[in-house]
Amino acid sequence: MAQPLAFILDVPETPGDQGQEPSPYDESEVHDSFHQLIQEQSQWAAQEGLELQQREQEATGSGQQTLRRPEGTQSTATLRILASMPSRTIGRSRGAIISQYYSRTVQLRRRSSRPLLGDFVLSARPSLRLYDLELDPTAREEEEKQSLLVKELQSLAVAQRDHMLRGMPLSLAEKRSLREKSRTPRGKWRGQQGSGGVCSCCGRLRYACVLALHSLGLALLSGLQALTPWRYALKRIGGQFGSSVLSYFLFLKTLLAFNALLQLLLVACIVGPQVAFPPALPGPAPICTGLELLTGAGCFTHTVMFYGHYSNATLNQPCGSPLDGSQCTPRAGGLPYNMPLAYLYTVGAGFFITCITLVYSMAHSFGESYRVGSTSGVHAITVFCSWDYKVTQKRASRLQQDNIRTRLKELLAEWQLRQSPRSVCGRLRQAAALGLAWLLCLGTALGCAVAIHVFSEFLIQSPEAAGQEAALLVLPLVVGLLNLGAPYLCVAAHGNIIWNLILKLAILGTLCYHWLGRRVAVLQDQCWEDFVGQELYRFLVMDFVLMLLDTLFGELVWRIISEKKLKRRRKPEFDIARNVLELIYGQTLTCAPFPLGFLLSPQTSLLANCQAPRRPWLASHMSTIFLTLLCFPAFLGAAIFLCYAVWQVKPSKHLCPFRNLTAMYGPQGVGRIPGGRRPQVSWLPWVHLRGGGGGGPCCCEQRSARTWLPSQSPFDEGEDKIFLINKLHSIYERKEREERSRVGTTEETAAPPTLLTDERDD
Amino acid sequence: MGGSGSRLSKELLAEYQDLTFLTKQEILFSVHVVLAPHLVDNEQQARSGNEHTGKPIAENTDSSPLSTRAHRRFCELLPQEQRSVEQSLLAQVPFEQILSLPELKANPFKERICRVFSTSPTRDSLSFEDFLDLLSVFSDTATPDIKSHYAFRIFDFDDDGTLNREDLSRLVNCLTGEGEDTRLSASEMKQLIDNILEESDIDRDGTINLSEFQHVISRSPDFASSFKIVL
Repeated sequence: MAQPLAFILDVPETPGDQGQEPSPYDESEVHDSFHQLIQEQSQWAAQEGLELQQREQEATGSGQQTLRRPEGTQSTATLRILASMPSRTIGRSRGAIISQYYSRTVQLRRRSSRPLLGDFVLSARPSLRLYDLELDPTAREEEEKQSLLVKELQSLAVAQRDHMLRGMPLSLAEKRSLREKSRTPRGKWRGQQGSGGVCSCCGRLRYACVLALHSLGLALLSGLQALTPWRYALKRIGGQFGSSVLSYFLFLKTLLAFNALLQLLLVACIVGPQVAFPPALPGPAPICTGLELLTGAGCFTHTVMFYGHYSNATLNQPCGSPLDGSQCTPRAGGLPYNMPLAYLYTVGAGFFITCITLVYSMAHSFGESYRVGSTSGVHAITVFCSWDYKVTQKRASRLQQDNIRTRLKELLAEWQLRQSPRSVCGRLRQAAALGLAWLLCLGTALGCAVAIHVFSEFLIQSPEAAGQEAALLVLPLVVGLLNLGAPYLCVAAHGNIIWNLILKLAILGTLCYHWLGRRVAVLQDQCWEDFVGQELYRFLVMDFVLMLLDTLFGELVWRIISEKKLKRRRKPEFDIARNVLELIYGQTLTCAPFPLGFLLSPQTSLLANCQAPRRPWLASHMSTIFLTLLCFPAFLGAAIFLCYAVWQVKPSKHLCPFRNLTAMYGPQGVGRIPGGRRPQVSWLPWVHLRGGGGGGPCCCEQRSARTWLPSQSPFDEGEDKIFLINKLHSIYERKEREERSRVGTTEETAAPPTLLTDERDD
Repeated sequence: MGGSGSRLSKELLAEYQDLTFLTKQEILFSVHVVLAPHLVDNEQQARSGNEHTGKPIAENTDSSPLSTRAHRRFCELLPQEQRSVEQSLLAQVPFEQILSLPELKANPFKERICRVFSTSPTRDSLSFEDFLDLLSVFSDTATPDIKSHYAFRIFDFDDDGTLNREDLSRLVNCLTGEGEDTRLSASEMKQLIDNILEESDIDRDGTINLSEFQHVISRSPDFASSFKIVL
């Protein structure tokens, strides 16, 4: 060490120590540097126990120091010193907390202004600097520390000061007293300024405005909170099932809100005008039978539900230029409304908003939920962070304890496995088994897709099925049953979100090929867009019906079987993965607001029949995963499907907004305006692509995963600490031995001098 | 909720809002409970009926879901004669009654939570302000810093400022269940504690201090969302 350092150890003296010769740690005896102290001790250590230390170090097999004795058997004086160490007092003593927050406040204040070089205490070690030990030898009392903190708080702005106080781990009474003390000068200042007329008026006015805004903000917040009727339901779910299942329902709530917003947009821009100006129907309206609810065909065909109903002309056009044979019925004072353009722009805007929102929330969630280094230290993280305090029911609490115990045992078993070296053969065997299981599951998923393809081809080619309306329901039924039953076929993949995702993607891909590739070619005399829309409707309805049946009967039956036959009183687990994917599947099919039945059904089934899942689902990771699933396969797939349909596929000739055009969009499509002018709509697809593609990396750059790096490296500090503890211990051992030998010498005054010499040689 | 205003003075309410992470609605709990005793009887009947489900009383009588929760729940724990606002602020409630709250009943750390937040000299009772502190730390908006600080104090069973092996073993027993068949075996416990210390004891002194604990907590993004008690 280059410079002398005065270091005060604030240790209360024991009664036993008084009256004896001054111990090395007394103030007057403390040397200016540790260097001398360590030199003395190391000389003694070299004579006595150096061999012992070396033997111990060899035994541990590492170059690191170890504590010579475990804490429990060290002398009480050492323990007292250890108890006063800053790293231990910060966890329990108020004075230490106050001094830590004093230093934090100082840092906060200094951050705003560039610190002077002379302010830095260069000789202080980083860990000491943090606790702001001054070089001044007088020890600080708690009141002094408090007054320092108060002074620092006074120099902060009000909002910052309140923020600082709120974050302090002190009791409310102490925070109140700190606040009172740090508030006084302001009153004095105001009193002094009382004479300055205009200034004080402005100040008071501004203060009153701020108060009014503050209370208005609070009132708005309270109003918003009053509008959340689902709060109690969510609390009950969290109390009974934990945070992981709660995150599924929060995801559901977000989807609902988003759908409501999009629905508003659609109604305002497309449905509303079309309802206000209904087109003339080509023939007599078909009679409504009950089957429309399932098939979507029949009397639903010519309603605003389906795309074919929408006019392809400009609504409410002035009668000057009749186009496309539309009827000339303008309303007085009305504005012309070009339906095809409106349709394209509204849907485009909806997709764009969805894209940006999804990408942004995905990036935000990723930044929140993934931390660097989160894969290491699983034992500590599991023990410290896995208890969910939201759980309020005894049975759920016991279940959580079971889960944690299982998890800890699994972690220990995995750790044991990693410790024992495995042969290459064993690892290869394990990899082969895993590969085989995955191949089987993938084969199942692809098999389902192939089955659907074959079946759909059969439906197209069979003439008798084409005529009946009920025959339209067969394909949705088959697909729905496969969706429901396939996870049970591949038991190893039960609960596996990736496998469920692959299955859904395979099925949707096959269906898209079936619609865009085959049906468009086949349906020459109908509006294929209407047919596709009705197919989507049928799929949704069938999915919903099957899910209801599964909820009401499937899980109930399973519960009865497991209770009676297998004599287990455990309810089936709530399969979060499958439920989330069902939700996203439904959302993808509609690309629009979808029925509330999807929302109510899982909740009722959950509360009646299920229990929380066994495997630990990390709630924050899950929301990121759900958003990613919503964005990448679902949204992107739907966007690609629509873009392909808009650009490449020829619109049908009948009754559609884009009829008789070569493509929906492009130079021959809607981009053509009567009069030959080419509108500037070509930027529209590029905006979509740029928005989606560019927004992603941009957001991810801003929200890179958070890291926590300690402000200084504590690894060397640990070595120093153990070294010092060992030295302290040897000092006290030495003292005790000298004490005993002195007592022994006074008792045996007539002892032969050889004995004394022996003692002194130690 | 009716038209009754708060009996807690505005200054006191504003002060509580500034110094804790709670909103006004969460603080003002009991206003019409204090002013309308006939509703108290209904609530007591409702409470005895709903004890086993733990359904909070607020939903029966309160139309604004978030108003005055904390004070209401606290006043429910006091005997009738102490339910005026001034007295409720000064009264000390013994632990047994706090531990009977539905939000804490099933929590294995409930005794430690009460002990950590108690400022009474004998540390066996909570005042209203201690209760507010408790709710503030466990609320949605509290910083992870203050949550981890209090979590450390809750897990420090012997209150010596560090988590030693004994503390960790008691913590694991709370997590897995106290029964004989639910505990980990001695060898598993030893191995687990060794692993925990290996992973989190940076300075290798055999104990985990506050900084090391906060370092471990910062690696888990779930801690802040699981360290919550919803009133």
